Amino acid sequence: MALIELAGVSKRYDQGTVALQDLSLTLQPREFVSFLGPSGCGKSTALRLIAGLLSPTTGTIRRSVGGDGVGAGNADKGSNRGKESKRGGRGGDSELGFVFQEPTLMPWAIVADNVSLPLRLQGLARGEIARRVDEALAMVGLDSFATVYPRELSGGMKMRVSIARALVTRPKLLLMDEPFAALDEITRIRLNNDLLVLWQQLAFTVVFVTHSVYESVYLSNRIVVMAARPGRVVADLPIDAPYPRDQQFRTSARYGELCRQVSSQLHGAHDNQLK
Amino acid sequence: MALMTTSSSSNAGSSPGNGADRNADRCADKSADDDASRPQARWLRIGLPLLLIALALLAWEWLVRANNIPHYVIPAPSLVLQTLVKEWPSLAASWWFTIKLTASALLVAIAGGVLLAGVFSLSRWVELAFLPFAVVLQVTPIIAIAPLILIYVDSTFAALLLCAWLVAFFPILSNTVIGLRSADHNLRDLFTLYKASPWQRLRLLLAPSALPFFLGGLKIAGGLSLVGAVAAEFVAGSAGKDTGLASRVLEASFRNEIPRMFAALLLISLTGVAIFIAFNALSHWLLGRWHDSELPTER
Repeated sequence: MALIELAGVSKRYDQGTVALQDLSLTLQPREFVSFLGPSGCGKSTALRLIAGLLSPTTGTIRRSVGGDGVGAGNADKGSNRGKESKRGGRGGDSELGFVFQEPTLMPWAIVADNVSLPLRLQGLARGEIARRVDEALAMVGLDSFATVYPRELSGGMKMRVSIARALVTRPKLLLMDEPFAALDEITRIRLNNDLLVLWQQLAFTVVFVTHSVYESVYLSNRIVVMAARPGRVVADLPIDAPYPRDQQFRTSARYGELCRQVSSQLHGAHDNQLK
Repeated sequence: MALMTTSSSSNAGSSPGNGADRNADRCADKSADDDASRPQARWLRIGLPLLLIALALLAWEWLVRANNIPHYVIPAPSLVLQTLVKEWPSLAASWWFTIKLTASALLVAIAGGVLLAGVFSLSRWVELAFLPFAVVLQVTPIIAIAPLILIYVDSTFAALLLCAWLVAFFPILSNTVIGLRSADHNLRDLFTLYKASPWQRLRLLLAPSALPFFLGGLKIAGGLSLVGAVAAEFVAGSAGKDTGLASRVLEASFRNEIPRMFAALLLISLTGVAIFIAFNALSHWLLGRWHDSELPTER
């Protein structure tokens, strides 16, 4: 059963830019999908549409995350422009996690309070919140930093807190908007590995926005290659290398070959555009 | 974030997080404090200005005595102090009146400024409609409005309060409006994503985001409420028992009692300094753990 189904989704912003044109996409449970493309290709817009932070100008988005699990049959509340945009009702909230490009932590709150935010907003009991925050911090390896303020953490650790906050509700779908783009390479590789471990342990679905061919090939089992002006999908490639993937995979000929394939798709689209 | 500890640890365990990354990356803010927070430097920060003030007072005292300047031109600091002690009953009552007036004006300014900022933040249109009124009230000098207010409002205290409030409330209003609008946009999205109620959004996101701005406004408004209280009383020019320090200054000036003017002036500036110190301490207490404005600079 599909987790998310986008059919003919377009997004035009008020000033007239077409950020995304005719996107049709089905996300299956347990997939690790990367949206790969240059800036302006609408990959972040697609992610925000899936999250429900934006409503589509045309097309439909069906979610089985949250709600009753059957295509989310609730009537559309928010959007008047989206023709048939369907949204999950309350209760589906916790089934979706979002990680922004910046860690987006509340600087006035200690790490534990940042991680507990989604649960507090949902009004869970204190004891339950404390238990699940401990659990989430342990998952990202920050159990000993619960009482520290975000400013005392490095960029990589802030991102870990952000991931813990997204996972604290045990979501079925984790949306990540270029989460590691601002980190140094060593930290990024480490977080890539940790993310894969979490994904295999917890069996959620990931949609991962990136502009790095290498990152997308390393992480995903499916890459959606996108192009800009207007934002659209140019290829939908399966990456069939087996998990767990590690340093050995990163240096293998297979990895290099896959990167070459994906790269040629990406640049093919780009070159066509320049002609 | 200049210094990093280079300690590594081996507590990776079964969690995916790598221990070395966590500890090596942790910034050692606590060891990277600046000069101002070392005990010796803290002494200097308080001691140096005090020393300078003492030196200036001594020089003043010496100049007055050495040149035989008459006390009705410039009184020596010692004479001002004597006057302060001698006139204490009358000055203390006036001081208390001015403090009451200033504090009430500030309280009403905080309430009004924050409330109005809240209303402004609800809708851009409300703000566009009402901001001109606030601006007009702000830019018109209080000295010019005060006589009218004194005519229209029967109670002198209420009239003075209104004047002081008019001066003090604008910084709080404009700062709080900016503060409420400055909440991180991704955090706003996050609150939307988790379907936060308006009350949760206000309490957990908007209020903390606005706090540093509000406190900045409060520091300005604190000083201005004293300015407003004193200026309004000058215009009112009232004499008698239930009046503030400004009336004592006026009174003394009519009678050419220069030392008494200085004594009243001293109390006014002490009040201002106390307000300043109090709000700086409040700001440090509320923001010291997380906001850049209150954090020590690292080298």
